[in-house]
Parts: sequence; C-alpha cells; structure tokens
Amino acid sequence: MINSLALFAAMDVQTWTYILVGITFALYIGIAIWSRAGSTKEFYVAGGGVSPLANGMATAADWMSAASFISMAGIISFAGYDGAVYLMGWTGGYVLLALLLAPYLRKFGKFTVPDFIGDRYYSNTARLVGVICALLVSFTYVAGQMRGVGLVFSRFLEVDINTGVIIGMIIVLFYAVLGGMKGITYTQVAQYCVLIFAFMVPAIFISIQMTGNPIPQLGFGGKLNDGSGMYLLDKLDGLSTDLGFAEYTEGSKSLVDVFAITLALMVGTAGLPHVIVRFFTVKRVKDARKSAGLALLLIAILYTTAPAVSVFARTNLIETVSNKPYLSMPEWFKKWETTGLITFEDKNKDGTIQYFADKSKNELVVDNDIMVLANPEIAQLPNWVIALVAAGSLAAALSTAAGLLLVISSSVSHDLIKKMINPDISEKGELIAARLSAVIAVCVAGYFGINPPGFVAATVALAFGLAAASFFPAIILGIFYKRMNKEGAIAGMVVGIASMLFYMMKYRLGWFDDTLPDKSNWWFGISPEGFGTVAMILNFVVSIVIMKFTPAPPEDVQDIVENIRIPSGAGEATH
Amino acid sequence: MAKNNAKAYWKENIRYVLILLSIWFVVSYGLGIILKDTLNTIKIGGFKLGFWFAQQGAIYVFVVLIFVYVRLMNKLDKKYGYDK
Repeated sequence: MINSLALFAAMDVQTWTYILVGITFALYIGIAIWSRAGSTKEFYVAGGGVSPLANGMATAADWMSAASFISMAGIISFAGYDGAVYLMGWTGGYVLLALLLAPYLRKFGKFTVPDFIGDRYYSNTARLVGVICALLVSFTYVAGQMRGVGLVFSRFLEVDINTGVIIGMIIVLFYAVLGGMKGITYTQVAQYCVLIFAFMVPAIFISIQMTGNPIPQLGFGGKLNDGSGMYLLDKLDGLSTDLGFAEYTEGSKSLVDVFAITLALMVGTAGLPHVIVRFFTVKRVKDARKSAGLALLLIAILYTTAPAVSVFARTNLIETVSNKPYLSMPEWFKKWETTGLITFEDKNKDGTIQYFADKSKNELVVDNDIMVLANPEIAQLPNWVIALVAAGSLAAALSTAAGLLLVISSSVSHDLIKKMINPDISEKGELIAARLSAVIAVCVAGYFGINPPGFVAATVALAFGLAAASFFPAIILGIFYKRMNKEGAIAGMVVGIASMLFYMMKYRLGWFDDTLPDKSNWWFGISPEGFGTVAMILNFVVSIVIMKFTPAPPEDVQDIVENIRIPSGAGEATH
Repeated sequence: MAKNNAKAYWKENIRYVLILLSIWFVVSYGLGIILKDTLNTIKIGGFKLGFWFAQQGAIYVFVVLIFVYVRLMNKLDKKYGYDK
C-alpha cells in the first residue's frame, strides 16, 4: 500500500497523461459501440428521446470547444475587462436560444437547420443557401478543433502535431460515423464530465493557494493569502499599470466595439447549427426550454470560473517572471520555451526578464494558451492535475468537432441528397450516405487541421459572424413574422453573408489592399469580430424591405407558422 | 375558438419574452458595458461593480432568466391546455 502510494506520487506527467487520456478514449469508444445508430432518425436526432439533463450536458460539451477550454482564460488574462465580450457573448446567446428559437424549432420537428429554412420559406433555393451557410460555418469551426487536438497531443505526449491530428480523427470517426447523433450525444455527456472536472480542479487548488477561498468565483474578488490584506484585483491592477499595461479591470477597447462584439457573439451562438440541432433531440417543447436552461447552467460553471483563472494566472505569471534573472526561471518556463509558446529575448543583455507593455523594451512574449495549459505547473500542482488538463482539453475539442461533423454530414445526406438530388432514396441508402459524408467530412477537417489555412485565427470570429448574419434573422423572422416570404429571407441571408465575408476579407485578412487597413478605417469603429452585428442588422433590413414588395407566403406556410407557436402536439421529428 | 386561444397564448408569451429580454439587455449591455465606468466607482469586496457584472453577474442573471421563463411557460401551457 505504502509502496503503491509512493509510486503514484513519483509518476511523471507523461505517464499520468497516457493513463488519463487512454482511459477517457476507451470510455468514448465503449459508449460509441453501445449506442450505435440503426436508423436515420437515430443518426440525425438520436431518436428524439434524449432527456433534458443529458441534452443539457451534451449541449454544454458540444458548445465548449478547444477555444473555451484552452484559449479563453488566457485571452481574458491579457485583455482584462475586455475579455467580458467572450464571457457574456458566449453565454447570453443561450437566453436568445431558449426564449426565441429552441422551443419553436423543436415543435417544427425536423432534422436540420436548412430543413427549417427550406420548408418555412417553401423553396429549395432557400434550402441551398441554408446548406451553404451551414457548411461554411461548420467547416471554419471544425478546422480549429482538429488543430487543437493536434496541439494538445504534441505538447503533452510529445508526438508530432500531425500524428496527434490523425489520432483525433480516428477517434471522432469511430463514434460519429458509427453512432451518429446518438453516439455523439452520450459521448458528449461523458466528455462534459471530464472537461468540467479537469477545468475546476486546478482552479480550486489555485484559488485556495492564492486567496484561501475554495470557490474561484469568490476567490478572485477576495483578499490575498499572503498576509498583506490586499485585494487580489487591486494588486493585479497595480502590477499591470506598473508595467505600462491598462488597468486590468478597465480594459482598452472602445465602448461601441465591446457592444458590437458581444452582440455578434450572442446572436452568432444562437444561430450556430450544431447548437440548434441539439434541441431537436429532446422529446417535447418544454424539454427544449428546460434543456437550454440546464445547458447554460452547466456552461456557466466554466464561464464564471474562467475569469478567476485569468486573474490568478496573470498575477502568478507577473510575479514569477517580472524583473527576475532568466537563469532562475522554474522548469516549466524552459519546457514551454521549447514549444515556442514563451519567447525571451534579452534586449538589454542584463540577464533579467523585463516584461513591459512597451514593445520596444519588452523582452517576453507569452502565448494566450499557456495560461490554462501551464497554469497547474506554474502553481506547482501535482502531476495528475497537469495530466488532467490534457484529458480535459481533448474532451473539449473532440466533443465540439463531433457535433460539427454531424451538421456537415446531415446537411449533405439529408438536405442535399434526400431533399434535393434524390428524394426517392431509401432509408438505408440515406443512412449510408450520412455515414459516408461523415467520413469525408472528418478527412477534410483533418486535412485543414494538418495544413491550417492562413486565416485560421480569423475563423472563429468568421463562424460567429456568418451564423449571426445568416441563420439568426432568417429563423427569427420565420417564427415571429408570419408575413415573411422566401424572397425576403433569401435576399437577407445572401446580403448578410456577403457583407460579413467582405468585411472579414478586407479588415482581417487584408485581401483587397497592399497592407491590412488599420483600425481607423473600420466602419463605425467596429472590428471584424463585431461586424456580425452590422451584417445581422443588414439581413433584417433587407429581408423586411424585399418582403414588402413581394407576395405573401402561401396559406399552408402561414398555417405552419401558427402551428409552431403552440407547444402541444409536438410529434417526433419526421422527414 | 381554438384560434382565439392560440392568439391569447401567443400574446402572453410575447409579453414574457419582452420583459425577460429587457432584463437580459440591461444586465449585460447596460450594467456590464454602458454603465460600467459609473458602477466601477462602487466596490463590493475586491470587485468593482461594473467589472463584476461584465465578468460574473450578467452570466448568473442569464441562467436565472431561462429558468424563470421555463416556469412561466409551463404555467402558461397549463392555463391554455397546451401541456398535454
């Protein structure tokens, strides 16, 4: 007994990582075999009988990606107050989902988002525009997830990034292709448990270490544990201004941009097809409302902890490195230096690390992702906690990737093949088509993971902007405005997407100019990340104006709208 | 009759949605963004209030809003006989 305890304590990070990642992967594969899909209904919407709690957990895991788990706390760490755009933006959308979309789309009872667009706007052109939007949004999003899987493998298990991507592809392939939505749902339930545990354990440890309070949400507003009696946030504000940064609690983005980005992310969240389809899997309309609430509750656990982690990590980082001799740096510093995520350049050759906001004097560059990945090491937590972060990151990335791949495959097999190209396809044929398109989608996603396109950094913002500019207005108008017709909706979606793509290409990627146009050229001072708000408004305006000059939708479509507003009689999802 | 029932139900639903979305707007865009600087002059523990709303408070309110809506709508469904 004593021997085995000693062995436990002595096990290194890598062994721990192999064990934890191995156990979780075996669990996901086991669930996939147990929950194979036998029909298209099981493949697309998990048979339509998922309980609100299971759906809430699955939605939470589906939603929280590599970006939420690995990058967000780090981004907030360096952005301070401005990080609120992500915190509010990526949670507030659930209020819109629960109040404006989920119950009605569940009542409508179809399999995909383009399905709703196509039927509500009685037009295959509208359906096709929907399919294109769904594919654009999902592919931009999924490339980043596969890349995240590769990065985690390479950093924690020291395998090549590409090998990491391929291992991730095989795992996702296994349960997405075999289990469809049914397999994905129950693996996501397991993945939620893994990722939330992996996020909370280090956060609680560090909160106790720094403030003596085991609840991180309260800890970061508390006093320091070091006997100084100082509030942690006051200390961080002081440290930040001393080094020439903006006060941590103040931020530096303009008010209009903070407003626009937050709204674009909220509305984009509510318009993301992989989130919306999760609400097709529950039994009744009231379950759709309830599971949106549960999903947000489960998401909020991570999202309210993340800003605490940001404050802990930033304070720890500054205290550890600022004005300290390079040679006295702890082991983690050297380790992450070899990955290129920390770089130190001794500009004034004094052997000491100068960390300043002023770029000409600053000698240290720290990547956002380190704040979560290296946080347990910086705080000197046990090896198993460090390994847990690896397993959690993989759970976050894989669960989101699987949800996106399902949207891609169902858009192709259901909306393109069954509804447009070959309506006579048999149930069995459609299921094979769904599985084949999932295989192809995984390969394409893997390809982008291995050869990330140059615009990967812009893709998350692009995915949200596109969802905000296309689906959100079309769905809202489809439910709340009976008179809205196909001409208006199609024109609105096309203008929305086109303006979003244009703005992103011009002001984020700089494709239309010799050099990237700077901030002063932004329209209304709104960044490309926030432009989804403008594109969404354009969509609404164009839809309504065009609608006024074109015929009202047919009587039976207006009856559909009246019907989806009433919760009772929500049959099971049908073709 | 069924049609009038549906209309009245829809009207009450829209009223709930508008009230709850106003709160949604006020806590996030109002207290967390527009009024942030004013609220930051008030401190609760180590938190400046505007900062707290933007990074914590708004999220808690979002969760509560959805569960309030769930309760209100379950009652409304019953009242109009749509709970079967």
